[in-house]
Amino acid sequence: MMTEISLNILDIAQNSIRAEASLIEITVAADSSTDNLTVILKDDGCGMTDEQIAKATDPFFTTRTTRDIGLGVPFFKYSAELTGGAFTLLSTPGKGTEVTAVYKLSSIDRMPLGDMTETIHSLVVYNGHIEFLYKYSVDDRSFTLDTREFKEVLGEDVSFAEPEVSAYVKEYLTENKTEVDNGVIL
Amino acid sequence: MKSLEELKALREKMKSQVEIREDDANALRVVVGMATCGIAAGARPVLTAFSNGVQERGLRGVSVVQTGCIGLCQYEPIVEIHAAGGEKTTYVQVTADMVDEIIAQHIVNGKPVNKYTIEAQRIG
Repeated sequence: MMTEISLNILDIAQNSIRAEASLIEITVAADSSTDNLTVILKDDGCGMTDEQIAKATDPFFTTRTTRDIGLGVPFFKYSAELTGGAFTLLSTPGKGTEVTAVYKLSSIDRMPLGDMTETIHSLVVYNGHIEFLYKYSVDDRSFTLDTREFKEVLGEDVSFAEPEVSAYVKEYLTENKTEVDNGVIL
Repeated sequence: MKSLEELKALREKMKSQVEIREDDANALRVVVGMATCGIAAGARPVLTAFSNGVQERGLRGVSVVQTGCIGLCQYEPIVEIHAAGGEKTTYVQVTADMVDEIIAQHIVNGKPVNKYTIEAQRIG
């Protein structure tokens, strides 16, 4: 069981990494007019067959060999549905996968969003070979982190794991998030 | 909004340092399990604690990396330390509070913290 939506996001993103994605797009959008908190993870990884899609939300299905249950997708799905929200999983073999979870913002059963900065920071810093496009929005305010733009500035020889760069990524995420949500805990 | 202008300045400042860093062979690897089991058990703060601890102490030749599930979910969060010589130490049910001790004793001084290893913690 995850205690924060941001931990689900970190977990589901690991599936994209295992699917050998080269670009992972993560969107977190809170919209008070519709009372929705929408989370989308989209990748260009290996995708899933129809049979795999049908089984992905079954906790007793996994493609890994180190254990025979897979709880990541079921956790994510049920956490959204529990709030009266929705969950969809679209995938095409060879093209990629898109997972969408919609939470009802005001539902008492909704987990807190949690530490998105930590989630995105650890994804970006520890997966330098993968591009991330992260968008965070609250109503009409938003910010984006695009690792391709960072790499354009840094050049190929500077890794995100360098302490200075890692610290900068964290500051970028922290400061821009606060500007978007005014420090309100979602 | 924080812009990428500051990153450009940082890049300029770093140019001279990068070459030196690349000479550091990765002598030691800290591997943190970050699959569903690890994350649910609290691996994210452990990963952050290792990464911050290594940076704060300015340790060279130490890389902190992630891995998936190694099949011992009941022991998560699991951290493996692979030393330069190839020997592996597996720490189990690691919390962020234990990380400083592991860094000081094991990574800096080369003595594994036996009380936190899988051999000491066998569950059932």
